[in-house]
This record gives sequence, C-alpha cells and structure tokens, in this order.
Amino acid sequence: MSPAEQSQRRKSTRNGWLLSAPALTLLFLAASGPLLIVLVYSFLTPGQYGNVVWEFSLDGWVGILFTRDIFDGTTNLADAHLTIFWRSVKLSLMTTALTFALGFPTAWFIATRPPAQRAMWLFLITIPFWTNLLIRTFAINEVIRNEGLMNTVLIGAGLISEPIRIINTDTAVFIGMAYVYLPLMVLPLFAAIDRFDMKLLEAGYDLYASRLQVLRHVILPIVKPGIIAGSILVFVPSLGAYVTPRVLGGGKNMMIGNFIELQFGQGRNWPLGAALSMALLLIVMAALLIYVRASTKGNNPHG
Amino acid sequence: MTQKVAITAQNIIKAFGQGATALRALDDVSVDIATGEFFTLLGPSGCGKTTLLRLIAGFEMPTAGKILIDGADVTEMPPNRRPVNTVFQSYALFPHLTVAENIGFGLKMQGRPQAEVKATTAEMLALVKLDAMADRKTSQLSGGQQQRVALARALAPRPKVLLLDEPLSALDLKLRKEMQVELKRLQLETGITFVFVTHDQEEALTMSDRIAVMSAGKVQQVGAPRDIYTRPVNRFVASFIGETNFLPVTATQQGARLSTGDVIAAEGQGTVLIVRPEQLRLGPAGVGAGLAATVTGVVYFGTDIHVNLALSDGTSLTARVPSPVDGGADFTTGQPVAVTFQPGAARLIRE
Repeated sequence: MSPAEQSQRRKSTRNGWLLSAPALTLLFLAASGPLLIVLVYSFLTPGQYGNVVWEFSLDGWVGILFTRDIFDGTTNLADAHLTIFWRSVKLSLMTTALTFALGFPTAWFIATRPPAQRAMWLFLITIPFWTNLLIRTFAINEVIRNEGLMNTVLIGAGLISEPIRIINTDTAVFIGMAYVYLPLMVLPLFAAIDRFDMKLLEAGYDLYASRLQVLRHVILPIVKPGIIAGSILVFVPSLGAYVTPRVLGGGKNMMIGNFIELQFGQGRNWPLGAALSMALLLIVMAALLIYVRASTKGNNPHG
Repeated sequence: MTQKVAITAQNIIKAFGQGATALRALDDVSVDIATGEFFTLLGPSGCGKTTLLRLIAGFEMPTAGKILIDGADVTEMPPNRRPVNTVFQSYALFPHLTVAENIGFGLKMQGRPQAEVKATTAEMLALVKLDAMADRKTSQLSGGQQQRVALARALAPRPKVLLLDEPLSALDLKLRKEMQVELKRLQLETGITFVFVTHDQEEALTMSDRIAVMSAGKVQQVGAPRDIYTRPVNRFVASFIGETNFLPVTATQQGARLSTGDVIAAEGQGTVLIVRPEQLRLGPAGVGAGLAATVTGVVYFGTDIHVNLALSDGTSLTARVPSPVDGGADFTTGQPVAVTFQPGAARLIRE
C-alpha cells in the first residue's frame, strides 16, 4: 500500500468516527448517565420525604442485607429482604426452566416445518408482543383468578367444587412470567435449531445412539448457544420483573423489582433503592459473564 | 452364488406418498450382496439407489419386502441396532467434537470400555492417515480430510457392512481419484462389505467387484463390471455405461439384417444391435468386406479420435479409432469408408 493510499484510508477512518460521534455520545450518555446517578445516590443519605441528602453514607448498601433495630441499634440480617431475593431468584430460575421445557419442543416443531410455513409460525409466536405487557398480565389474571375463566369452566364441568386459589401466590407469578417470557426463549432456540444439520440425527442413530443419546450427545451440545441465549433473555427480565408480580402476586409476594419501587415510593429510602438496583445489575452481569464463558468455551463454531 | 451373503433385499417396494399420487422409488427390487465384496449401486439421480441404501441403513422402512443382514431379518430394526454404518454424502461430522471424538462416537454409544475406544480411535486415525489431526475440530479440516474422518468414524465400530452414499461427489477430480484408490485399499485391509452408491459409471467400473445398474426404481442388471460393459441386457444399461451405437435390425436365419440390407452375425436376441465405438474398424472403401459409410465428422479427443459416420441409408454411427499422431489413419468429412466389426463385438438386445 502506498503512503498516499494509507493517508486516504486513515482519513476515511477518521471521517467515519467523526460522523458517528453524535450517535456514540448520545448512546454513551443515555447508557451511563442514569446508571451514574443511581450509583451516586446509593452512597447518599435518605431525605425525610424521599429524595436524597448530599451526605455520604453506606447505609443504602448495608441495608440490602441488614436491618438496624430501631430500639437497641443492633444490626441483624434482614430476613424479609432475603426472602424477596430468594423468591426472585427461585421464580426466575423456575420460569427459565419452564419456558425451556415448553419452548424447546415448540422451536423444534417450527424449525422442522417446510420453509414456507416457518415464517407463519414465527409470526404467531410474536403476536403477544403486539399487546402491552400490562394488558397481557391482566388477561392472565382474568384466566386464573378465583372467579376467572379457568375456575368457572372447571366448576361448571363439575370437576371441582371449590375454585383453585392460585391468584396472589408465587404460582400465579410463575405462570404469568412463563407466559410473558416464553417467546423470548422460543426465538433464540429456533435460530439455533434452524442452523442444526438434521443429517446429524441420522449420523447419531447410525452410530448406535438411542433417541435419548442423540438428544444428549448431539442435539443439546450443538444448540447450546441458543439454549444459553434464550435462558439469559428469560432469566434477566424475570429477575427484574415488576408488572407481573404486582398484578398476579397481589403486592404481598414481592420480587426485587417491586421492592426497589417500594423504596423510591412509600419506603422513602432512595439510597437503599439505588443500592438494590445496583445489586440487581451486578447479579445480571454475573449471569452474562457465565453466558459468555460458557459459549466461548471449547471454541464452538456455532457460538 | 457360493459365497456367504451379507445383505439380502427381497422384493422391496418403497412408495412415498399415499394412494394414486404415491411415487414408487423402489419397485420390486431384489439383490443379494456377498460378504466382503465391493458392491455398487449405479444409476442416474432419482433411480432409487440412495433409497435402497437408506433402507439397508434403517432410515426408511420399506412399504413391502424384507431386508436381511447376515441372514437375520432387520426390516423393522431401528438404525442404531443394525450392524451397518454409513458414510454420508455431506459427511455429517459432529461439529462440536474433535476428529478423535467423532471417530470414537459409535464405540462410545455402544458402551465399549474407554481404553478400547481410545485404542480403536488411534488405530482408525492411523488407517486414514490423520494421526496429526486427532485434536482438531472437524471444521478446520479440508474436504478430503473430512471425508477420511467420515470413513474412519463409520469403520471404527467394525460394522458388518459399510454403506457409502456418493461419498466422493463433493471432491475435485484429483482428490476423487486418490480417494478411489484409498477406499479400495481400506476395503481390502478391513475385509468389510462395502455398498457404494454412485451415479459415476467410471467410478463404478474401476472400483466394484459387482455393480447393480438401477433405473426408475428397478434393478436393470447385476454383474461384474466387465460383464455389464460387454454384455448389457438392455438399451438403458448399454447407454448408461460407456458409449454405444444402436442399430435397429430384424432377425433372420443368417443373422441380424440392418436397415441397409446388410446382414451381420450377432450374439443374443432382440431387435437392436449394439456395438461399442472402439469395436469398429475403418478401412478404405471398396476393399474387402464391410458396410459402406461416409465420414460426416471427426472429433479429436487426444488419445483417440471419434469418427462420425453415416451408412448408405443415413443411419448414423460413431467409431473410435487411434489418433493419426499415434499412427492411425486420418479421415476427412465426406470420405467414403468401409466399416467392419471386431469379431464377437456385435450383440443383440431387447429394446
């Protein structure tokens, strides 16, 4: 390459950066600005009527796991907080597992349809996205509440005499989240299965593998990146879910999202809310790190 | 047949689809494949050769008929229980496994001890000369190397029969010639029965012990390469394998009477006389016996020339004669010649 060409190339690279500078600046500020504010707030003192007082304090971060007894001033483990964390993680893991159990056969079904039909099936999968999340959640509420569709039909058919009471329980939240996040599991799984060479199934059967062994030793390892992507896409928003536990959990069965909202609202403890938000972010980042490591391990060409 | 039979296909019918629209991919096919032989299913695409191979492997079930491996009926047996392995046209190597893991896959699934899997894998790697590649991913290999991994993977469990579905079609000409030699060597070294599917007649002729020529879901002829080339049973076999001149004749007491009125002695029975281009001799017109013909064109092929001829009534013929450079006579368009047949070359076949 001649010096003239080199300088030409450098110039076009510089122009490229200059042209994208406004967009990059906006993206950087939009992504880091609010985060920075939340991070700073988590180290301040709560104001009396919400907001913050500009006085450094670690109480917000300490408050994630501990409570100070108002009478004797001793610090104890905050059982209520831990219950909320545990419920969030447990429900998110259960949601991920259920969406995988339902989503894998669905994605397999779609990927094995004739190409002309696949677009139609994928389109059907995305239909729920047309409706607002809140409305979809209320629709689930309408189905599972004590006087709802499910119980009315079951009682009408004489199968049960008392309504199945699942509204305002963890089960209701679990059902609601699995419903809401199922498409997020199906789509990446479909993408992975669609790339899967079906000839490998025959190769597996031909080499003495049973159906279960083909699933375990051929299909699952090869579509693993899709499984991980789908699991992350379901687990991360599940962990921060707000609307679904609010509408179906009845306010008592809080998850982290509701708990954070409480601190910024009635709790009037913005630093604690901010610290909780940062903690949630850290958990999500840890999950993403596991994803990156798992999908790059072994140099998987499908990764 | 005095040899032991490895595979028997009995009156196989395979129909795809239902009722009147059903397509018969195989229409009453019966074949016996002897133990240890290199058996080739040859035919144009859509003739049913791959379907027959998939039925032997167990990927498809026949609509009617039976398949026996070493005398045992395996018609209903799933592929993972059959003592046969397949080399796929697209290789179908496992992308998430290394070369060695690919080769050991079958043994591992059979539940063989780890030491045995390791030893056999090493042995197979040596057999296909890929020792240095054991820990590579299959995507890092060239086409020819992937082909050898596919072979080693299918041979590792020591199947009774190895099925090869057009395994060389994706390779370039030079590599294909090398792999033909390699395949033949592997077959002789392992002593395993090979069932090879191809549409390439030259490949079939050079490699096979026996060939089954298939067309339109039926086996047209089964025999050794020489038999099939020199004594084809019908027009399809004669035209699919090598080049042939077809001349309509009527049978008479003296021999076959051509449309020109000449009578030629020919073996066999039927209304079509066949003669290979290389079995024709061209001499100067009017000297000795021979059919009177006129040269209509000369095509140079390097090793020889193809001389297009027209008989006195216009029937066209092609003769393949040595190139003038190698001492053969030269011909020019419009030149009259006398065509003679090599003794025993002319055969009669049914339409």
